[in-house]
Amino acid sequence: MKKTILSLMALGLIIGFAPSSFAAGDAPHAPHQHWHFDGITGQFDKAAMQRGLKVYREVCSACHSLKRVAYRNLVDLGYTEDQVKNIAVEYTVTDGPNEDGEMFDRPARPSDKFVSPYPNDKAAKALNNGALPPDLSLITKARHNGPNYLYAILTGYGEPEHGVELMEGQHWNKYMPGHVIAMAAPLSDGIVAYEDGTPETVSQYSKDVTNFLVWAADPYLETRKRTGIAVLIFLIVFSGVMYGVKKKIWKDIH
Amino acid sequence: MASGPREKFDNPTIEWIDSRLPIFTMLNKEYGVFPTPKNFNYFWNFGAIAMFMLITMIVSGIILAMSYTAHVDYAFDSVERIMRDVNSGWLIRYIHMNGASFFFIAVFIHMFRSLYYGSYKQPREILWILGVVIFLLMMATAFMGYVLPWGQMSYWGATVITNLFSAIPFVGESIVTLLWGGFSVDNPTLNRFFALHYLMPFLICAVVFLHVWALHVTGSNNPAGIEPKTKKDTLPFHPYYTMKDTFGLLVFITIYAFFVFYAPDYLGHPDNYIPADPLVTPAHIVPEWYFLPFYAMLRAITFDIGIPFTDITIISAKLGGVITMFGSIALLFVLPWLDTHPIRSARYRPLFKTFLLIFVVNFVFLGYVGSQGADAMVGPIPLSLLGLLATGYYYGFFLAILPWLSKFEKGRDLPPSIHESVLD
Repeated sequence: MKKTILSLMALGLIIGFAPSSFAAGDAPHAPHQHWHFDGITGQFDKAAMQRGLKVYREVCSACHSLKRVAYRNLVDLGYTEDQVKNIAVEYTVTDGPNEDGEMFDRPARPSDKFVSPYPNDKAAKALNNGALPPDLSLITKARHNGPNYLYAILTGYGEPEHGVELMEGQHWNKYMPGHVIAMAAPLSDGIVAYEDGTPETVSQYSKDVTNFLVWAADPYLETRKRTGIAVLIFLIVFSGVMYGVKKKIWKDIH
Repeated sequence: MASGPREKFDNPTIEWIDSRLPIFTMLNKEYGVFPTPKNFNYFWNFGAIAMFMLITMIVSGIILAMSYTAHVDYAFDSVERIMRDVNSGWLIRYIHMNGASFFFIAVFIHMFRSLYYGSYKQPREILWILGVVIFLLMMATAFMGYVLPWGQMSYWGATVITNLFSAIPFVGESIVTLLWGGFSVDNPTLNRFFALHYLMPFLICAVVFLHVWALHVTGSNNPAGIEPKTKKDTLPFHPYYTMKDTFGLLVFITIYAFFVFYAPDYLGHPDNYIPADPLVTPAHIVPEWYFLPFYAMLRAITFDIGIPFTDITIISAKLGGVITMFGSIALLFVLPWLDTHPIRSARYRPLFKTFLLIFVVNFVFLGYVGSQGADAMVGPIPLSLLGLLATGYYYGFFLAILPWLSKFEKGRDLPPSIHESVLD
């Protein structure tokens, strides 16, 4: 038993220093927020995701693409297929070539991916002072401590610290590594109208859009956590049974 | 193989097959009645666990390969397609991704077991060397596998590691060009890495077969480090160790499953969810955690080695680092001849035990050094200096401490037999 504990400790040691491989930068650690999807039984908050979608569509999507998510995926947010169709038709995609060899515009269908704001990265850079607004499909996975980091960035704008000179097109953000960010503060109180009476504050918008983007990056989070519980219960029970079997077989040996 | 006299089976079908191909006789001999020391502790589970991980990696990997596209323009997208659109693709990928880490965890513990109980000593030298070959093949396979998703860390990790070979005098540049299939890490590199990543696990299987074969010739070592003498010292492999291994394996899988389902990205690096961009270098390029101690030794040599008082450089800092890193594994091959002490188990060698445990702590510390930026400081001391000292201990342990202990450590009295060692 002592050896088992020892080997588990060794395992812990090996795993223990993994997070230290993440670059800390000089920004403060993004504080932990309470998220509905946290924990072993965590599930998505559909109302928050629907509001987050609204924030994305009305604010973020002006510059940021979401090109790995299709409109049909929005049924995960609790929308019906008809509602999804109605969201999709508000976008225009270029399709083709048709039988005459011409490209043509048509309303988006649920099977289309979210339409990007710019035709390509060069166009995006040209219109944003040379900075490329990253695609948001994986943003919460592509940053350490993703959900908290995203919330912290969206709420971390402020006046530059004393002595910091910002150039044209630069903004000060407490949680950005180096504190300089090309994106101007995207949110302000009341910028997006909520229909369900939820407070229209920067903090609430940031929470909602984070809920939405966590889903966009990790759409199987709920399935994963649900399956995980069943798998772990099975494994723990099976381990227990095997421990009993082993004990019984070895009873007369020691 | 079992081609000598054999016993008849009662079942006519089994008997019919066995009289033509004695596979049941062989299985019974090697896994049924195989005499196994009775005093194994749970460290002896990790061979079976490593075997399980190898099979898990091959099965999940083959399924992933069915939906993966090895092209710089599509690789990242195809992995995301697996994660989003392929049925249960997310599960298969997380099993494979975390499986690499857990394969290494199992193998590191397996190797530590070997060191602690002297399993590499006479007559098990070839068994040990085959194990080191497996470890090397695993490292190459894991490195190439990490490149396949073609994220930022994939691309920059591949660039840094392949560039190491350019330090080799005269032929270095040609080797790098050969690895790349061109003049930078690009599509041909990804293609050949995918081909080799698919091939190498089967080479590992072949060496594992030899490893197990050699094991069944010499028999297993055991915590007492003495050979079984009578029947009282051993147990048939089945059911005693099949059941004990199954229990240990299940505990291991439970921890593994926890990571797959609840922390699937914890052991990875977030930058690898950003598509590879040759024009943007990540702030810190770090390899996967299981390479960190070796990465630290690579970076420990920050100075050129030359003839004193002249400008002549014999070994550049880069070449020095490369030699130090590869040398750290090369040392393992000759370990049976560095530690020639007649007592195997650290249980009866208190000095060896102390130095070995320091070695383990030192190795973990090297991992920490490898995870930090090259200019990190610990108070006023540069971390790279501590990394150099830790590298010194790694080498010193093998090249000085082990040979010295072999000569001078007296050790404690060995128990007369395995079954008597269990009693005390």
